[in-house]
Amino acid sequence: MNRLFKTPTGMSRRHFLEHLAGASALTLPAVNFTNSLAANAKDMKKRHKAAILLYMGGGPSTIDIWDMKPGTSTGGNFKPIATTGEMQICQHMPLMAKQMKHMAVVRSMSTREADHTRGRYYMHTGYVPNPTIEHPGYGSVVSHELASQLGDLQIPPFVSVGGGSVGPGFLGMTYAPFVVDYNGDVRNAATALKQDRLEQRMYMLASIEKGFIAQNRGDAAVEHQKVLQKTVSLFTSKQMGAFKINSEPQKTREMYGRGGFANGCLMARRLVEEGVPFVEVDLGGWDMHNGIFPAMERKLGELDKSMSALIEDLDQRGMLDDTVVLWMGEFGRTPRINGTAGRDHWARAWSVAVGGGGIKGGKVVGATNEDGTEVTTDPYKSEDLMASVLKALGVSLETTFTSKNNRPMKIANSGRVIKELFA
Amino acid sequence: MGSALTILRVVRGRAPLALVVFALATAQAFAVEKAPNRGLPAAAPTTDKNARKGDTTEGTTTKSATTDAEIIALINTSIKQGWKDAGVTASPAASDGEWCRRLYLDVLGRIPTVDELTAFTSEKSPNKRRALVDRLLESDKYVEEYARNWTALWTNLLIGRPPQQRDRRSMVNREGMQQWLRRSFLKNKSYDTMVYELVSATGCSKPGEEGYNGAVNFLLDNLQENAATATAKTARYFLGLQVQCTQCHNHPFNEWKQDQFWGMNAFFRQTKALRTFAGRNEIDFVRLENEDFPGESNKNPKEAEIYFELRDGTTKVAFPTFVDGTEIGHSGFADEVNRRVELAKLVVKSEFFGRAIVNRLWAHFLGYGFTKPIDDLGPHNAATNPELLERLGQEFSAHGHDLKQLIRWITLSEPYALSSKIGPKNKRDDPTLGEKPLFSHFYLRQMRAEELYESLLAATEADKVKGSYEQQEKTKGAWLEQFTIAFGTDEGDDETTFNGTIPQTLMMMNGDLIQNATKDEPGSFLHKVWTSNMKAGGKIDVLYLAALARKPTANEFRLANELLAARGGDGMAALQDVWWALLNSNEFILNH
Repeated sequence: MNRLFKTPTGMSRRHFLEHLAGASALTLPAVNFTNSLAANAKDMKKRHKAAILLYMGGGPSTIDIWDMKPGTSTGGNFKPIATTGEMQICQHMPLMAKQMKHMAVVRSMSTREADHTRGRYYMHTGYVPNPTIEHPGYGSVVSHELASQLGDLQIPPFVSVGGGSVGPGFLGMTYAPFVVDYNGDVRNAATALKQDRLEQRMYMLASIEKGFIAQNRGDAAVEHQKVLQKTVSLFTSKQMGAFKINSEPQKTREMYGRGGFANGCLMARRLVEEGVPFVEVDLGGWDMHNGIFPAMERKLGELDKSMSALIEDLDQRGMLDDTVVLWMGEFGRTPRINGTAGRDHWARAWSVAVGGGGIKGGKVVGATNEDGTEVTTDPYKSEDLMASVLKALGVSLETTFTSKNNRPMKIANSGRVIKELFA
Repeated sequence: MGSALTILRVVRGRAPLALVVFALATAQAFAVEKAPNRGLPAAAPTTDKNARKGDTTEGTTTKSATTDAEIIALINTSIKQGWKDAGVTASPAASDGEWCRRLYLDVLGRIPTVDELTAFTSEKSPNKRRALVDRLLESDKYVEEYARNWTALWTNLLIGRPPQQRDRRSMVNREGMQQWLRRSFLKNKSYDTMVYELVSATGCSKPGEEGYNGAVNFLLDNLQENAATATAKTARYFLGLQVQCTQCHNHPFNEWKQDQFWGMNAFFRQTKALRTFAGRNEIDFVRLENEDFPGESNKNPKEAEIYFELRDGTTKVAFPTFVDGTEIGHSGFADEVNRRVELAKLVVKSEFFGRAIVNRLWAHFLGYGFTKPIDDLGPHNAATNPELLERLGQEFSAHGHDLKQLIRWITLSEPYALSSKIGPKNKRDDPTLGEKPLFSHFYLRQMRAEELYESLLAATEADKVKGSYEQQEKTKGAWLEQFTIAFGTDEGDDETTFNGTIPQTLMMMNGDLIQNATKDEPGSFLHKVWTSNMKAGGKIDVLYLAALARKPTANEFRLANELLAARGGDGMAALQDVWWALLNSNEFILNH
């Protein structure tokens, strides 16, 4: 009996585990060790669409970044510079200026949520908060819709780097953000156990699982076994290597820069490469009610380096055509500079940047008036932006979800596609 | 109320069943009518100290075996009729161990310890189930745990789980909400009193501040946008009426109309939240007060109106009007018409009030309510067993809105005692497929995150290191944070924030809590088992009892022994492996 539980030496692991499982029709969770080890990611991988959301928590002052008003009373301290696209952007984004041929700027965002929590929710879901329904956010919607393309992906389809984001709402926890920190650590993914001991435990566990399921207790028991399997697959999977930015060449690390956001951007590229359809990277700290210009300058330096590296890297690897990159906050900031040299919340006229996935780069969509207080062209809302991103990902805008209390919910809240992004 | 109960007492002694049932119904009608008017000032339901005490004394009388037995019989008859009508055969009864485990989980929020389990299973009395229910609900030993569990449940419902990063500008004081709920459950405050206090609350949100009244935190969480959420949640949680869709338009498939939403909403318009800041931006505490409401046009406070917009752009006027059409005075002067007090009175005497809480508790114990969702009781959403639901609602009111009494009826009923094993003749009783639940077997469900935490502590005796109540709650909160991604409220959804996700499973396999639970340090549960003078077989038995409330099967026993051999006779390591596997199993993590 002893040898049954010892690490096998003379036979393949698959054989060993099958032996343990006996004639049972049930798959041992442990069998997936073999599958994941054997899986050859390269030739299994299909071309697929993906999106990376760079979320700027706190609401950046877009009038100082993408839609500058030099020479006006609201224009602030910064100067615009030319880019490789048709627009000018802030002088503190020189690296992004080189990448703007890939990115479109929508200057005609006009929304109504100027509170952080509500704005975050609205910009992530396309819906304003409602007392009794929780809507799914971008990552959940996209991973739900692209689920059929996932192939042998063992990492959850929606990864959020640095927390934040918005929950899966009525789509359920399968589509919840899988939260990792900026250095790629997945909570509890590491085990101190040696492989043989883990396998023995898994074997013991499988016998209890099997026994309970065999008593015909219904789906929840069967579901639990599936999750066990998924989990073991995950933390023993080679794909976990996608989180390990340390394995990137020094040159690439330097290109992205140092710090949490830089790590997140690099991780996003690696995850998308591995087949993850949605990655969100959080860069907070934009809530600048006082002393905005020196603070912005520092922040823009960090953003410029990592975001430009991400776009350049995606482009060089031929991934940009299939990967949408969306930059947004929850709102913009007041054109009027306040008494403490800051800017307050302003949702009525602000900008986002989006590119990749077939979206026309180098373009400007919409315009604001001379001092940046109002949108002078057709205004766009969160749901319109979301519809456009979904279109770029090939998701049908006819999709309707049914919420738990049986309410039909149109994907992206029936937003209309921002046509200029595609023409 | 007192006289209603007197009638009951007289009738119940010797009357035949039919008469008792009739008397209950009659008394019920009387009690409902009188409920919010127990001769107290301002016609408030009760404050615990005075009238409530009297009720409790009388309540003891109503808790005679006959009374409870009658109501439990009603449940059994009605549910069995459902099986008969649907042509299903119910599963056999659950074992003592299984029943005991689920009772501890559902009442106290954790599984039983080995001692508690064996004390129950070795008892011979035919009334031992009733005795256990009473013990968990009434004995001093468990009153704290009971309160802790129901405080957690209600906190999640009323103000949601805490967000990852505390919002410094949030008006809610979580400790304030918890402390108020905990005190309410500790003294078994009647449910109508609780709801009355929540809806009409004024005072300060934070414990220790002058005028502290933790009940205000429910409304403080819901006052944004002219209290639209407060309107929706009050109707939904306490009446089971979903009026929120009508906020913007008449509902396409239920009968609630837009003016009903705004009629309800007008009750909240005297409400004022006064914030006190600590530092520049951080809210320290909030006082909820009533102030005069001049009406939205600001013309005539005696006719303090609000306006709402129809889809076609027309504006309509609304005054405080309860969902059943009851109107109160139009005055906005708080000392003439206190709108929230009036609303609170209407809520607790509504015909929906008892039904809503019965349905919520039924779903808590049986996995599904009589309606889906549980708090949508409108006429468009037919209940399974509608008569039973209505009847239980009436009985609940007639018995002084006593939550513990309601828990007794449900947990001592036959459907609650059924096995979760599904047989060929009730296979189609599967609500996950959208079928109406027949309750012909116990529906498996995932433990809530809080239940899992407390169960792990119970099973591993890890709670030996106890701090103050607040410290324990903090530790638990930090642990829970890793799962509560949705941060929503538990609004009677079938799904919790903790339902078989990968992060949860990773935590169970590799997390701190499990590593602690499988440690072999002196003083740990495993160490005690290992160093006890039990035989090897006995040690395995203890682990199975602690985790699963049963002994191992012959096959499991054999496997455990093989594992021992495989570990080269290192018994402690083998115990660790078995223990780890047990805690990770579906049978542990599911309420079955």
